[in-house]
Amino acid sequence: MARFGMVIDTRKCVGCMDCVIACKTENDVPDGHCRDWIGQRLQGTMPDLRLTITSERCNHCDRPPCVTCCPTGASHVHDFGKVVLVDHDKCIGCKACLAACPYDARFVHPDGYADKCTFCIHRVEKGLAPACVSVCPTHSMYFGDLDDPDSEVSRLIASRRHFVLKPDAGTQPRIFYLE
Amino acid sequence: MLELVTTRHNPLVDPSLHIWGWEIPVYLFLGGWVAGCMVLSGWLMRRGRAPGQGSVAYVLPWVGIVLLSLGMGALFLDLEHKLYVWRMYLTLRPTSPMSWGGWILILVYPVMALAALAAIPRDLLSGWPSLAAFAERLRAGRSLRLLGTVSIASGIALGIYTGILLSSLGARPLWASAVLGPLFLVSGLSTGAAFAHMIARDPEEESSLLRADILFLVTELALIALFLIGHLTSGAQHAHAVALLLGGPYTAVFWVFVVGLGIVVPLVIQSLMASHRIGHTVIAPLLVMAGGLALRIVIVAAGQYSHWIVP
Repeated sequence: MARFGMVIDTRKCVGCMDCVIACKTENDVPDGHCRDWIGQRLQGTMPDLRLTITSERCNHCDRPPCVTCCPTGASHVHDFGKVVLVDHDKCIGCKACLAACPYDARFVHPDGYADKCTFCIHRVEKGLAPACVSVCPTHSMYFGDLDDPDSEVSRLIASRRHFVLKPDAGTQPRIFYLE
Repeated sequence: MLELVTTRHNPLVDPSLHIWGWEIPVYLFLGGWVAGCMVLSGWLMRRGRAPGQGSVAYVLPWVGIVLLSLGMGALFLDLEHKLYVWRMYLTLRPTSPMSWGGWILILVYPVMALAALAAIPRDLLSGWPSLAAFAERLRAGRSLRLLGTVSIASGIALGIYTGILLSSLGARPLWASAVLGPLFLVSGLSTGAAFAHMIARDPEEESSLLRADILFLVTELALIALFLIGHLTSGAQHAHAVALLLGGPYTAVFWVFVVGLGIVVPLVIQSLMASHRIGHTVIAPLLVMAGGLALRIVIVAAGQYSHWIVP
């Protein structure tokens, strides 16, 4: 059984936001909302500064608090790839999942349900990469099965220094950033 | 021209800027108040207060039904996908306090309805003999004591779950405290007791409810102290979150409206009332009730403002 995850090379990412635009186009994300976005982390003191650009989205956590707090089961872990999804017809719009996510990855769709990144599961089921990964002009994004030790994502994590966002939140996120 | 949003500086994108509006604090306040009404009504029933003696024990369930309906109305207004609300009742999810809450709300109605039925005078039920006979059985001593026990238990469940609901959302560090459940329960008890001694007509009952409210207010102060100490002595995330109430933007409203006008001032007034130095006044119970609402407003607003600090 696959367990999908993403690896993003911060040394290659230039913050062009192509991933954000591709997601909006592919998923018809409503105006004013984002399923993914670009973060910038500035570290150090002048003049020794280091800027890290991070393409961020739902981390499809192994311990997803949005799933445990959902009163109807709308937020669930999908069988295919253990991707965290929202069943629109079960969501009552209570917003508990918005409050439970340490990454603030969710928003309320104008149609009333909680919405967020799906890892473009509709594309992945057809053997395609998520839209954000497929358009990255610097090829900084990788998508694959974390449980397969021979997958590209597993090999990158095994061989390169990396970090995840807010590890102390204890959610075991599945997006890894290469340093 | 449409500007595409590609960063997070937008309240539509970043939910930590706004998740719940006025509806949730109002619901939590009304739910706590109803919990207080149920516990106190059950307590008076177990102490042998029978219907028809002018006891507030049989007014509180009627008030509770109205308040809970208003609270559930506020809850419904908050839902973004309103037509799907019935989905809540197709499943019980043990990991979700919101799911427990949905079922608790449904289960407390019949308990309050039974207590309310016992309070209806006999002659008003003369047209419905079977209902009148059932009400008569409810008024028997053993049934009333059992109803009192069930009322206390369901009131505690209702009161405590509202706090656990917030404390289970660990991404908001201010809410991540086990004290929040007991704090909301005791705040609900003090709101219920304040309301009950404000409307009580029996002097003995008024006096015992007043003393109960003083006990609840002192307990609430102690729990607020524990809540603050617990956060301050935890890790950086918690200390950062509780700074919102200790020097941050919610400091004034918390200490003035919740602690000062909502607890300390009415505590002093009610202590003077209990020792008969001043006469009974509605100001103190009204302040307690306003303080209960202020507590929910501040905790909900400051809680969703608090967030997991980077990285």
